[in-house]
Amino acid sequence: MSEPVIRTQQLTKAYGSRLAVDKLDLTIEPGEVFGLLGPNGAGKTTTILMLLGLTEPTSGTANVAGFDPLRQPLEVKRRVGYMPDQVGFYDNLTGVANLRYTAKLCGFTSKEADEKIAAALARVRLTEAGQRPVLGYSRGMRQRLAIAEILMKGASIAILDEPTGGLDPQSTREFLELIRSLKKDGMTILLSSHMLELVQSVCDRVALFSQGKIGLMGRVEDLLRSVLGGSHIIRIEAHGEGLEAALSAVPGVTRVANEGSGLRIEATGDIRGDIARAVVGAGGDLTMIDAGHASLDDVYARFFEGLPNAA
Amino acid sequence: MRREGSALAGAGTVMMKELGDNLSSTRMRLLELLVFLTGAGAVFATIGEVREVVGEDPFVFLRIFTTSKGETLPSFAAFLGFLIPIVSIALGFDSVNSEFNGKTMSRILAQPIYRDALLFGKFMAGLTTLAVMLTALWLFVIGLAIFMLGLPPGTEEVLRGFAFLIAAIAYGGVWLGLAMLFSVQFRSSATAALASLAVWLLFAFFWNMVVTIITPIIAPVDPYNPMSVLYTVEVGQALSRLSPNTLFAETTMAFLNPATRSLGLVLQSQMQGAISGPLPFSESVALVWPQVTGLLASVIGLFTVAYVMFQRQEVRA
Repeated sequence: MSEPVIRTQQLTKAYGSRLAVDKLDLTIEPGEVFGLLGPNGAGKTTTILMLLGLTEPTSGTANVAGFDPLRQPLEVKRRVGYMPDQVGFYDNLTGVANLRYTAKLCGFTSKEADEKIAAALARVRLTEAGQRPVLGYSRGMRQRLAIAEILMKGASIAILDEPTGGLDPQSTREFLELIRSLKKDGMTILLSSHMLELVQSVCDRVALFSQGKIGLMGRVEDLLRSVLGGSHIIRIEAHGEGLEAALSAVPGVTRVANEGSGLRIEATGDIRGDIARAVVGAGGDLTMIDAGHASLDDVYARFFEGLPNAA
Repeated sequence: MRREGSALAGAGTVMMKELGDNLSSTRMRLLELLVFLTGAGAVFATIGEVREVVGEDPFVFLRIFTTSKGETLPSFAAFLGFLIPIVSIALGFDSVNSEFNGKTMSRILAQPIYRDALLFGKFMAGLTTLAVMLTALWLFVIGLAIFMLGLPPGTEEVLRGFAFLIAAIAYGGVWLGLAMLFSVQFRSSATAALASLAVWLLFAFFWNMVVTIITPIIAPVDPYNPMSVLYTVEVGQALSRLSPNTLFAETTMAFLNPATRSLGLVLQSQMQGAISGPLPFSESVALVWPQVTGLLASVIGLFTVAYVMFQRQEVRA
């Protein structure tokens, strides 16, 4: 196994008495797409800022691409591309001019910069728009320009904070495609999000954050298995007394939860037939039954049940 | 813990970018227009009076800067005393907070530069803009004066005029430092602008009143001790010199009026035996050295405070 590109040990950040990040241990392997998930205020952005050396940790250490972000921030920032939550550019300048400024800050010569910028803009399909002031860009175009900046920089690690926040479904899909293509290039990607469905589709591994701590970490399938005990979720709508007790008794059912409009049943397999019989057997009226694979949403809901919501 | 890498890597890039923004902004165009119109106005208004004394004053050229037209129109130097702070504040009040408001701060700081470079580059860009503008204005006024008076300035006049220009830039630096300090402290540009203007108003219009009120409290005049009057005057003067406007006015006086022998209280006994006439340039410099140092120290002090505050600030908006 190769050296991890990002590693934190007991990383802690306190604002006064409130712990924003609490003894975080995180390891990210090269070429991996890693998702940091959690509600707003769970400490995702603070973690990212500490990895970039933009915020000083209260205690603990971090190592990014072999450098300490606290002592060698320039080396770290040379290798890491960062797309902040709500990314902004200088509106009065064109897309190209914005990137040229970044390129100079990175120490590229004008000639190098022009080549890299042209290539990066072509990759995110902003070649034409690059000549226009950023003022007229849509949210999706700004996000793509931020990705172009990361590409232009030649970063081996990309840290994306809430990359799909505020994007329409079409732009989100395109953006995910872009992330996948970055992964194909061998880039390590750390992304934070509260959009679980999205993260599920692109991430190799995820960590669920809550109040500065990692609650769960691992591959998506593993989490589904370990948290839900089974990868099938069956939703039903039914009327009747004592249905929950009757359904819990059905073999294969691991959990029954009331979801307001109906019941959510977690099961080891697709046992819709058994469930339907159980409902009818208990004297209930079954109006709807639906099965689907468990998603990260279910893990998330389950995991954060009972925890006070930090948001 | 030591950080590795130069703290000023990228400062030049930031400076060039900010300089471009400053010089091309509509805000600066308007201010340049205002300043040039006032400069030209002041020269046209005073040229008549200066012409009358052409044969009498060896430093007639410097009169262009200092002559005021009766009670109505202040001199060019006095105009600058008003306008430089306005220009400097306009250059600095939104320099840092605009990066936060435009959401560009965290993206720029994620590039391989330190925060030091960002603040320093912005400050130097502001100062350069100011210097370019004042130098252009200075040359414009001198050119206009040569044209209208029909004689060239002497070496010492040029030297004194140049010293005045340097002092004017330092004076602008104080207000730029203050405006940038507020732009670090306040996230809202409007608040930073208002705070800077409030300080400017205090020093430009109210400081003399404040001094008149405070001085007798700190150093009351004892009617039985004539020396206490001297002390009171000295305290008043020290208080008034806390204002950069006073420092600039005194510097201007010493540089542009070679006959100025002292900026403080002079007793009759001290004047005895003195030969009246202009001081050599070096003596004028020695006379205002404390004032010039004070201006420069204020620039450095304000920048340092802004710097420390900026270093401690959280990057996330």
